[in-house]
Amino acid sequence: MTADTNDAVAVQRKPSWLRAIRDSDIVYSFLRSNVTIAAATVTIIIVLAALLAPVLAPQDPYDLRQLSIIDSHIPPVWQKDGDARFLLGSDDQGRDVFSTILYGSRQSISIGVMATVFAAILGIALGLIAGYFGGTVDAFIMRAADIQATFPAILIAMLVDGTSRALFGSQRNDQVVFWVMVLSIGLSFWVQYARTVRGLTLVEKSKDYVLAARLIGIQPLLILFRHVLPNVVGPVLVIATINLALAIITEATLSFLGLGLPSTQPSLGTLIQIGQKYLFAGEWWIAIFPGITLAALVLAVNLLGDWLRDALNPRLR
Amino acid sequence: MLAFIIRRLLQSVVVMLTVSLIAFTLFRFVGDPINQMVGIETTAEERAQLREQLGLNDSVPVQFSRFVANAARLNFGNSYQFKTPVIDLIKDRFPATMELAFASALFALLVGIPMGVYTAIDRYAILSNVFLSISLIGISLPTFLIGILLIFLFPVTLGVLPSFGRGEVVRLGFWSTGFLTASGLKALVLPAITLGLFQMTLIMRLVRGEMMEVLRADYIKFARARGLSNRAINFGHALKNTLVPVMTITGLQLGSIIAFALITESVFQWPGMGLLFLKAVQNVDIPIMSAYLLLVAFIFVTINLIVDMLYAVVDPRIRIDTKVA
Repeated sequence: MTADTNDAVAVQRKPSWLRAIRDSDIVYSFLRSNVTIAAATVTIIIVLAALLAPVLAPQDPYDLRQLSIIDSHIPPVWQKDGDARFLLGSDDQGRDVFSTILYGSRQSISIGVMATVFAAILGIALGLIAGYFGGTVDAFIMRAADIQATFPAILIAMLVDGTSRALFGSQRNDQVVFWVMVLSIGLSFWVQYARTVRGLTLVEKSKDYVLAARLIGIQPLLILFRHVLPNVVGPVLVIATINLALAIITEATLSFLGLGLPSTQPSLGTLIQIGQKYLFAGEWWIAIFPGITLAALVLAVNLLGDWLRDALNPRLR
Repeated sequence: MLAFIIRRLLQSVVVMLTVSLIAFTLFRFVGDPINQMVGIETTAEERAQLREQLGLNDSVPVQFSRFVANAARLNFGNSYQFKTPVIDLIKDRFPATMELAFASALFALLVGIPMGVYTAIDRYAILSNVFLSISLIGISLPTFLIGILLIFLFPVTLGVLPSFGRGEVVRLGFWSTGFLTASGLKALVLPAITLGLFQMTLIMRLVRGEMMEVLRADYIKFARARGLSNRAINFGHALKNTLVPVMTITGLQLGSIIAFALITESVFQWPGMGLLFLKAVQNVDIPIMSAYLLLVAFIFVTINLIVDMLYAVVDPRIRIDTKVA
C-alpha cells in the first residue's frame, strides 16, 4: 500500500478479498433477511453434525460389533418403551436412528457436493470451450446439451446407474457405488452450467482484455481458464447452490428407489426406504426422522440459493 | 410456416435418432445380450448359432439400422426377466401410468390456478402467505418424501384411503381403467396428489406471477375506470390472458409428470410403466430399459413439437425468427 491511496485508486486496484466480502451488498442483504439467516443456521448445523458424526454419534452404525438385534425396533425416548441409549429410537437392525441420521447426512451431503462440483466442472469446461471456440465444437456441445435437457435428470441418473450395474456386476461394492452416484448425478446436471457459461463467455470473448491477451500471444486455453473463467464464475455459484439441493434430492430419490447407497452404508434416502417398510407397523420413527432431516436440509439449501440468486442479480437491486 | 414445421420435425428426428443410438449402445455393448438370453448349459455352438440368428455378427451400422427399424415397429425384443415381448409388458402398464398422470395434471390445474389467482389478487392476506409457504415446501420436498408423509398421515394414522395398488380396474378393450370403480378412484387420490403437488406449486407460482404482471397493464386500468366489477376484471380479463403461458408450461410438464410418475409408482406400488422400468434397472433388463427410454423420449419430443407449433400459430414472431434452435 502506498501513501497516496485515495478512493479512486482503490476502486481501480483490486480490493483485498476479505474487504470485498465485508463491504459487499451480499453481506448486507444476508443480514437483512431473517429467513436467510435461519436457513444458513439450519444448513450449518446439519453440515457440522454430519462432519462431526464420528464424534457426536453415540454409536457407529457401520460397526456391526456395536449392534445387537435385541435392540431393534425401539421407539424414541419419550415414548412408552423408549430406551435412553436410543434418543430417536432404533431401526430394524438395532441401529440408533440418531446415529444413522448423522452418518446418513454425511453420505447425502458428500455425494451432493461432489456431484455438484463434478457437474459444475464439466459444465463450465464445456461451456467455456463452446463459447470461446464456436463453430462445430459449439454446435456439437450445445446440441448434446439440448437433447439431454429434454429428459428429467433422474432418468439420466438411473440410466447411468443401470449401466454401471451391467458393467460392474458383482464387483459393485460400496466404494464403487459412491462414485457411480457422484458420476450419475453429476452427468445429469451439467447442461445448465454449460448454457450459462457459454452465454457469458460469448460476451466476455469480445472484450478488450481478451483481445489484448490474444494479441500478446497467450494460448487460448490459458486465456480461457486464467482470464475468462474468473469473470463468469459468479452466476455459476448461484446455479451450484440451487443444484446442490437438487443433487441431494436426486441422491435421496435414487437411494430410496433402491438404486443408490446400500443399507450397510445408508444415506438419508436409504434410511427412509428402510423405514417405509415399518411405517404400517406403527414404527414411524425409522422413516420420519431421516425424512425431516432431509426436508430441513433441502429447504434450507434452497432458501440460501434463492437468496443468493436475488442478491447477485443486479436487476433486482 | 411450412419451413418452420419441417425444421422442427427434422430436429425431432435427430433427437430420436440420438436417443436410439444410446438405447442401441446400451442393448448391444453393455453386457453380452446372448449371455442374458440363454442358460448356463447352452453350448458354444448354440450360442454362435443364436448370435448369427439375431444378426449380432453383422456390422454395427447394419445392426443399428435394424434396431431403429424394429423400434419404429414397436418391436423391442424380449425382456430378459420375463421372456415375453417388451411391448406387451409396456402395453399392459401404459394405461395405469397415463391415468395417474392425467389425474395429477388435473389436480395440479384445478388447485394450482385458483391458488395462484387468489395469491395474486389478495397479495397480503394471511391465506396468501400460507399458500406461498406450502408452495415452497412443495417445490423443496422430494416427491417420495411427500408420498411417505401422505401415507403416514392418511392410511396409517387416520385409516382412510388405500396406500398401494390401483384398486379394482375395468377392462375396456386393451385399456384397463380405474376411473369406473369406487376402489379405483380411492386408490388414485394419494398418488395423484403426490405426483401433482410439484406441478401444482409450479402452476400456482406461474399464475401468480403472470396475474400480477397483467393486473398492472393499462387495459385493466381502463376496465376499472369503466366500472366493471372486480370479478369480471379478475376472471374475464386478467385470468384469460394469463392462461396461454400456463397452458404451455402445463403441456411441457406433462412429459415430466409421466417420467416422474416412476417415483410415485414406487412409493405406492402403482402398477405402471415406471415401476416396470425401475425393476428393469435393478435387474439389468436392458430391452425394457431401452424401450422405456425411447418411449419417454418419444413422448417428450412429441409434446415439445406440439407446443412449439401451437406457439408458432399463436405468436407469429417465432416463425420469422429462423435462428430459434
